[in-house]
Amino acid sequence: MSALQPAGSGAQFHSIDGVYNFAYLDEQTKRMIRRALLKALAIPGYQVPFGGREMPVAYGWGTGGMQVTASILGVDDVLKVIDQGSDDTTNAVSIRRFFNRTAGVPVTEATTEATVIQTRHRIPEKTLREDQVIVYQVPMPEPLRKLEPRETETRKMHAFAEYGLMQVKLYEDISRHGEITTTYDYPVEVNARYMMAPSPIPKFDNPKMHAMPALQLFGAGREKRIYAIPPYTKVRSLDFNDYPFEPQQFDDPCALCDAKGVFLDEVILDDKGNHMFVCSDSDHCRDRRAEGHMGPRAREAAEKGYGADQ
Amino acid sequence: MYVATKGGEAAIENSHVLIAEERRGDPAVPELEAAQIREQLGGAVDRVMTEGSLYDPDLAALAIKQAQGDLVEAIFLLRAFRTTLPRFGASVPIDTAAMTIRRRISAAFKDLPGGQVLGPTYDYTHRLLDFTLVARGETPPVAPEEDATDAAMPRVADILGHEGLIEPETPPPGPEHPYDLTREPMQFPAGRDQRLQNLFRGDEGFLLALGYSTQRGYGRNHPFAGEIRMGTVQVEFTPEELGFPIALGEIEVTECQMVNQFKGAKGIAPQFTRGYGLAFGQAERKTMGMALVDRALRADELAEDRLHPPQDEEFVLSHSDNVEASGFVSHLKLPHYVDFQSELGMLRGMRASAEAMQKEAAE
Amino acid sequence: MSDAPLLQAEGVSHTYAGGQVGCVDVGFTLYPGEVLGIVGESGSGKSTLLSCLSGALPPSEGRVRFAGQGQGMQDVFQLSEPERRLLMRTDWGIVHQNPRDGLHMSVSAGGNIGERLMAVGARHYGDIRSEALDWLGRVEIDAERVDDLPRTFSGGMQQRTQIARILVSQPRLVFMDEPTGGLDVSVQARLLDLLRGLVRDLGVAAVVVTHDLAVVRLLSDRLMVMRQGRVVESGLTDQVLDDPQHPYSQLLVSSVLQA
Repeated sequence: MSALQPAGSGAQFHSIDGVYNFAYLDEQTKRMIRRALLKALAIPGYQVPFGGREMPVAYGWGTGGMQVTASILGVDDVLKVIDQGSDDTTNAVSIRRFFNRTAGVPVTEATTEATVIQTRHRIPEKTLREDQVIVYQVPMPEPLRKLEPRETETRKMHAFAEYGLMQVKLYEDISRHGEITTTYDYPVEVNARYMMAPSPIPKFDNPKMHAMPALQLFGAGREKRIYAIPPYTKVRSLDFNDYPFEPQQFDDPCALCDAKGVFLDEVILDDKGNHMFVCSDSDHCRDRRAEGHMGPRAREAAEKGYGADQ
Repeated sequence: MYVATKGGEAAIENSHVLIAEERRGDPAVPELEAAQIREQLGGAVDRVMTEGSLYDPDLAALAIKQAQGDLVEAIFLLRAFRTTLPRFGASVPIDTAAMTIRRRISAAFKDLPGGQVLGPTYDYTHRLLDFTLVARGETPPVAPEEDATDAAMPRVADILGHEGLIEPETPPPGPEHPYDLTREPMQFPAGRDQRLQNLFRGDEGFLLALGYSTQRGYGRNHPFAGEIRMGTVQVEFTPEELGFPIALGEIEVTECQMVNQFKGAKGIAPQFTRGYGLAFGQAERKTMGMALVDRALRADELAEDRLHPPQDEEFVLSHSDNVEASGFVSHLKLPHYVDFQSELGMLRGMRASAEAMQKEAAE
Repeated sequence: MSDAPLLQAEGVSHTYAGGQVGCVDVGFTLYPGEVLGIVGESGSGKSTLLSCLSGALPPSEGRVRFAGQGQGMQDVFQLSEPERRLLMRTDWGIVHQNPRDGLHMSVSAGGNIGERLMAVGARHYGDIRSEALDWLGRVEIDAERVDDLPRTFSGGMQQRTQIARILVSQPRLVFMDEPTGGLDVSVQARLLDLLRGLVRDLGVAAVVVTHDLAVVRLLSDRLMVMRQGRVVESGLTDQVLDDPQHPYSQLLVSSVLQA
């Protein structure tokens, strides 16, 4: 990991504005955040409080993820930023511009080229490598918050591993609906000890977190909590033995690149109920199309003689 | 043929251009200068400095101009700037007893040493729109000379304190450095230093509403405005190398001491209790609301039942920050379609099952 | 049943911060499977005593000791917080006077009853559910109500759900605070019968605090009468009720007969 720069050596970066330190935060703050990250890695899944700073981006819009990214970014890193799986959603663009202005690191849309990936609400389809870091933007770090609003109480529940209340919630889902109805931000157990909120990724992505070769870091700016999962750590989605965890299934492949077993976005085509499903991971879809894969819509368009899309 | 739209970057650029246009308004109208805001919109400047946690009228004025008058947005700008400033240390606590007073009133006493000094206030104006203010270049009436205020202006709380009538303000045990919310995350239960800092930075409207609710029964604590004083105080700093305090300059603050419901305990004679409010500039509504909420949040400390929201520490302190609140509320504008897709999938599945079951039942 | 005591109170006293006396110098020994009744009017100190005995309120003086699993007698207030919390969830139970204090009102009956099992790691939905159904049967609630919320239950049913919720973890000691308070007389009788049966069948020890002599008559083996914070008389239930020695006990007993 190219993150750790000794203080004072190359740390002063002349960004485009010429005013701010490399990646905006001062070195002391970065050091403080890295200490929190190390503590988080030592206790996988445990929420470490940290002195989050006011960022020039609104709370709830990625300040936690940005502070983590800023603290680990080095001049040799290559940054990818996605939101809903796509590099081109406005907030991903905005965050990428921020790091471009304040750090000048090369940016990419290709998952395989990135060393640091900051993400909101998705894990890329391609399996990440040992030399990569994925930074998740987290709105609500406390998985028990909806069941217990008080921080003084949830803190004890984690300390004493008193997670019965969550299991009761899952029981209630099954008794009422026949299945567990949580579809995103699905709670997990990390390293057989701490219950953790994976951030609002769809439950479809949960299995990717288990034994991931890459480093997983989580930043919640407004709530001021950091947590982490070291590489190759056991991550188990909560369930019952007779009602095991099941990720979502999609009936059809991607309409453009024919990918199966990936998360698809629904695109509404007209007001008559016509819709189609396309890859949420825009980089993955583009790669597949470049390789020549064609989904049903793409084939249709080719047959009708429309030009190949990019 | 569906084409994944690109161009988020261009959209953002355009939105910036549009907003700059909005901010400028009609080009035929002269552009507002930050100095005008600083001088003539002091109420806004004071609030932005207080909730932005930075005493700098010029920067606050600039933020207000840049934010097009949206004060929460201006507060955000100031806070973000503050993060980048180097920090030398903490000043010596300001001494409001040594304040150069411009205004000082007490509802608890008819008269007191130093007297009731009305000073500049809107309190006794009649709220009639003054259309002469629309024209530019109006001549303001000649302001009376502000009498040099009597040197002896002891704080009402100190006066009551001499007789032992009010609980003393004693610093809590522990390290001398107060908790700093801008450096460390909030912790519960919160110490008084953390609580007061949180309330100082807290949204005026939120604290006003909570304070108001205590007056209407949601945690009554029988408040009296013991004293409200507004004026300038020295800021002093003790550099390590010198070992003695040096004056850095002056700031204007408003301070409110509420005198509340008296309390006794076994073996301790009853005393009045306190609520405290402080703000930059002239900000009485904020300091009074803050003092009411400060007192309400002492429920546990004073063995009172915690029955109402203003007494609920986690509730009040977690939601008082309007920059946090605004960010999280408005983040709902961000795309959430992946999660929504998940919910859609589940809902469609459940409805299909229900339909299938109904069909079976009908057969 | 072993001869070793289960719960021991020694000189338990509590005075509140404002000076009011709660209870004074209460001592007793409770053996496995025994039911102890504590009676008195309101203000007698019985509620304070119950709070001290059940680990909720540290007494100003005295000790409360409990025989931990294979650990000998332990001072309840010397336990660490996680140990005490675990105790409250497994080996102990508290039946509150108001079932709302002992149930999650927005969780189904099945969920309420299954909670203690899930809290200690039960992970098979089917098993948890069948155990919940089994217990509903034992407390005479229709199995069909397993997914209903307690707020749709009558007071008596809520109380029985509370009892099932506690007994499912097979506690060795249960504290009951006015278990029939607020219920109709006929419902009370049925509930008491049920409680008596369950307590006997399971060999659970219990401490029952109440102002109602009929409750202790039915449930408890032994009885303590409290007045103004002190125990004025104690002994076998039948003996104390049929032949009260202390003038206050005599007053209590006779006033019931008159009513």
